[in-house]
Amino acid sequence: MATRQTQSLARLMRAPAIILLLIWMIVPLGMTLYYSFLNYNLLNPASTSWAGFFNYKYFYTDPAFWESIWNTLVLVLGVLLITVIGGILIAMLIDKPIFGQGIVRILVISPFFVMPPVAALIWKNMIMHPSYGVFADIAKFFGMSPVDWFAQYPLFSIIVIVAWQWLPFATLILLTSLQSLDGEQMEAAEMDGAPALSRFFYLTLPHMSRAITVVILIQTIFLLGVYAEILVTTNGGPGNASTNLTYLIYRAARLNFDIGGAAAGGIIAVVLANIVAIFLMRAVGKNLD
Amino acid sequence: MARAVSTQTKIGWTIAAWIVALLIFFPILYTVITSFKTENEAISGFNMIPSFTLDSYREVQSQYNYFRPFMNSVVIAVGSTVLALLVAVPAAWAMAFSPTKHTKDILMWMLSTKMMPAVAVLVPIYLIFLRTGLMDTRIGLVIVLMLMNLPIVVWMLYTYFREIPGEILEAARMDGATLQQEIVHVLTPMAVPGIASTLLLNVILAWNESFWTIQLTTTNAAPLSAFIASFSSPQGLFWAKLSAASVMAIAPILIMGWFSQKQLVRGLTFGAVK
Repeated sequence: MATRQTQSLARLMRAPAIILLLIWMIVPLGMTLYYSFLNYNLLNPASTSWAGFFNYKYFYTDPAFWESIWNTLVLVLGVLLITVIGGILIAMLIDKPIFGQGIVRILVISPFFVMPPVAALIWKNMIMHPSYGVFADIAKFFGMSPVDWFAQYPLFSIIVIVAWQWLPFATLILLTSLQSLDGEQMEAAEMDGAPALSRFFYLTLPHMSRAITVVILIQTIFLLGVYAEILVTTNGGPGNASTNLTYLIYRAARLNFDIGGAAAGGIIAVVLANIVAIFLMRAVGKNLD
Repeated sequence: MARAVSTQTKIGWTIAAWIVALLIFFPILYTVITSFKTENEAISGFNMIPSFTLDSYREVQSQYNYFRPFMNSVVIAVGSTVLALLVAVPAAWAMAFSPTKHTKDILMWMLSTKMMPAVAVLVPIYLIFLRTGLMDTRIGLVIVLMLMNLPIVVWMLYTYFREIPGEILEAARMDGATLQQEIVHVLTPMAVPGIASTLLLNVILAWNESFWTIQLTTTNAAPLSAFIASFSSPQGLFWAKLSAASVMAIAPILIMGWFSQKQLVRGLTFGAVK
């Protein structure tokens, strides 16, 4: 009797969260799917009509779409490369016996707490600005002409900003993993005369592999959605040079008022994200029991 | 590693680590310094020593009514987190203490909703907001951010609650505690640290959220992330004022973040790395 009571109480306690998330998942996604088959422009809503797969075809044949897919890939892979390799090196450095480890940690993780528009504007104005930025000051000091980063290397500049934001996350997680490494094993290897490089490749790296996987998968999900950094720096330009898929869809929806096209793009984004998600769910699911 | 390390080696590593740390922190440090400069100083070359004027802070407040976006951020971040906790605490509690054979599936499904890219539902959410009058309201953003963070909240709470040992409950029951006594005197004190950590991390996430806040607000309900983003145009704030506004926007959350390092790892990896 008591257990049955507990069970129905438990069901009651779970229900609100489940129902809310069910609605949050099904209703908007269903609407996106529906809109993706419509010719629907907010500038001319009266002429809304059934479009079939036109929006998908239109997106698919638009050169901007493929450029945005390519940019999304470069952005995600570029940031992953910098943050994972940088994160491993910095985590190993902080893990060494050093003075003021607590403060070093705090300094290193700080960029993660800077909201994207602020991070992007700091880099755009203080650091990378062609006349007043610190990089320009350094170039002038060495007698070189300053680089107009966002005009000449727009996507690279955004990669730098986003990598700066995510490097702390990678470092922190890899450091957590590193600190659970068996010190005695390492010492034994050292005493047996294993050189530092093979200690790294045969002990440290395998130990961190799980954490590295988690970093890659979680960052990928967030990196697919990079938006504010592009909005406040390059606006996706010049041309489409720094437009990722998220930004392309935003532009279709909010600047071109093309509801149908943006919805079709949204569905494509869901498919892409799901491919990543499947891998992440497996990695996390294994850890649940 | 409790090993004797020569002081020389330690000093070497210390110098290397501090150089890297200061390089990473430099953009934030330089923004803080610039916020105490005059506008002229701010654009006249590299300079680490400002004249320590507070003019920029004053002007940001007087010209742009900084207090409003700040309060919007507070209301939206705290409101959405508290609302999410109200729904998630009972759910995580039930899943941790009376799990069924579906509990794991439900948790995985909740996690999967988090994988949905925000931009995929931009169109419907935007249209719903336009039609229901939720556009540019705090309550609208509170609802969206609450739903967006709900899976993380449930997950974090679940991993914390699961660590509360079941034997303690049994002991309490043997001593004749009623369900109510059990919850008030035994479970709540043990659950509070986990709930506090979850609250902290989610306030940080909601404070820094910059997609929906920019899409769904214009002026009235714009929190700091949308407010700062509006200064991207060339005729926006000048360097020192931009720095002052930035410092005020990130300072509270930066300090909270320093206290939540451990929870951050746990919360953002869904318990996969501890």
